[in-house]
Amino acid sequence: MRMHDSKKMHVQQLLNSRIKVVNVGLEGFAKELKDCGVEVIHVDWTPPAGGDPAMAALLAKLGV
Amino acid sequence: MELIEQANREALTRVLEGDPKLLDVVPAGEAIAGLTERMILHAGPPIEWARMCGPLRGAIAGAVVFEGWAADLESAAQLAASGGIAFHPNHHFDAVGPMTGMTTASMPVFVVENTRFGNRTYCAINEGLGKVMRFGGNDESVLRRLRWLRDIFGPELSKALRLSGGVALKSLIARGLSMGDEMHQRNVACSSLLLRELSPALARTSRDRDVLAECLAFMAGNDQFFLNIGMAMAKSITDPARGIRGSTIVTAMSRNGTDFGVRVSGTGDRWFISPVEMPEGLYFPGFSEKDANPDMGDSAIVETVGLGAFAMAAAPAVAGFVGAGAPSAAANFTRAMREITVGQNPDWTIAAMDFAGVPVGIDVRLVVETGLAPAINTGIAHREPGIGQVGAGVARAPLACFQQAVRAIAEDLGVS
Repeated sequence: MRMHDSKKMHVQQLLNSRIKVVNVGLEGFAKELKDCGVEVIHVDWTPPAGGDPAMAALLAKLGV
Repeated sequence: MELIEQANREALTRVLEGDPKLLDVVPAGEAIAGLTERMILHAGPPIEWARMCGPLRGAIAGAVVFEGWAADLESAAQLAASGGIAFHPNHHFDAVGPMTGMTTASMPVFVVENTRFGNRTYCAINEGLGKVMRFGGNDESVLRRLRWLRDIFGPELSKALRLSGGVALKSLIARGLSMGDEMHQRNVACSSLLLRELSPALARTSRDRDVLAECLAFMAGNDQFFLNIGMAMAKSITDPARGIRGSTIVTAMSRNGTDFGVRVSGTGDRWFISPVEMPEGLYFPGFSEKDANPDMGDSAIVETVGLGAFAMAAAPAVAGFVGAGAPSAAANFTRAMREITVGQNPDWTIAAMDFAGVPVGIDVRLVVETGLAPAINTGIAHREPGIGQVGAGVARAPLACFQQAVRAIAEDLGVS
C-alpha cells in the first residue's frame, strides 16, 4: 500500500513539473504534445519487418 | 548467415572497385547489340503497350515518328498498339534512360566503360528541361532537338571525346559532391566540370565556329546534362555485382510509370515488381499533383550506387527543389539510407558529414527489417502524353519489391 502511495506521489510530482517526453513510434503523438508546448524528442521507430512475425523470423534466419 | 555476408562483401567490393570512364558518343544501333529496327528500349521493368502510362506512350509515339516508322503521332500510336514495335527494358541491353527512357537505333548514346571489369553501358543524351521526350514530349520542337543531337551534337561530342581519350568519372563525381551535386536532381557542378574538361577538345575538333558555339551553349545551358552520364556510370559499376549467389545487395531499381522493379545480385536478372508510387514534391506554376504521373525512369540507378537522395547531405540546395524540407534536413535522408546499406564509398565523400562516404549497397534484408524504403530524387512528368515535366520530388521504392526479393533469396538458399 505504501508502494502504491509512493508511485502515486511520483506521478503527481511528474505531472506538476516541467515534462520532457521521448516519443517512440507514432509521430502524431509527438506533434500533439509539441502543439501543447511540451518538449518532445521523437524517435522514428517501427516494429521489425513492419510487425510481420513470419517475415521477422525469416530475416532472423537470413542473419538480420 | 555467413554465406550472405560473404556474398555481400564481394558485391560491395566489386561496386567500390569500379572505375568508370566516359569514352564516346555513338548511335545506339552501333553500340548496343540486338537493338534493331522497330525496337524501342524504355525505362523500368518489362511492360506491354496496354499497361503503359500516358507519358511513356507519348514518348514512344514521338520516337516512332523520329525513326521514320510512321508519318505522324496518331499512326505511330496505332502502330505501337497493334504490336508493330518491340518493347524491351533498357536494362536488358546494358543501357539506362531517364524518365520514359527512350532508346532507339539512331539516337546517339554515351558509352561508359568500367575499366576495372571491362563492361560497357549506354545512355542517350540529356535533352534539357521543358518539353522533352524523356517526360513524354513529342511535338516538332522535341523531334527537331533530337535530330540536332543525332546529326550535329552527337558526332561533335564523339570527336572531342576520342581526342581527349575519355573522361574519368569517379574523380569527377567526387568533385561534384563537394560542389553541392547529388547527381540526380542537381548536376550543375558535374555538368560544368565536364564542360570545362571537354571544351578544349571540342574547340580543336570542331570545324565550324557556329556549330562549336551551339554545342557549347547547349551543354552550358543544361544543368542536368551530366545526369545521363551519371546514370550510365552507375549501371557500369553495379553490373559486375550481378549474379553473386546469396547476395542480398540491390543491383538495379527502376520504374516505368506503372511498375517499380528491383534487381538483386543473388537472384541475377530477375525483376521484383510492384505498383509504382507517386512522388511527393513541388510543382511548377500552373500544375499540381492532379497532373502528375506516378514515378518513372531508370535514373534510380544513381541511388543504387549511393548518389541522388542517398547523397542528399551533399546537396542541401536540392532538398528545397524536390520539396524534401529545409536544407538543414537534407542530412537526415543520408543518415536514414545508412540504415539500409552495408557500406560507404570512401571515394565519394560528403564534407558536411565529416567526409563520411555516401551510403552504398542497399541490402533488401535491411529494407524489409527497418521498413525504410529507399528514397529517390526524381522529376515529375505530366500524366498526359506530350506535355512534359511538371515538378520534382522524392519518391519511395515500394517495400513489396524488397519483401519478394527476401523470400526469393531465402528460397534459393533453402531457408524457410
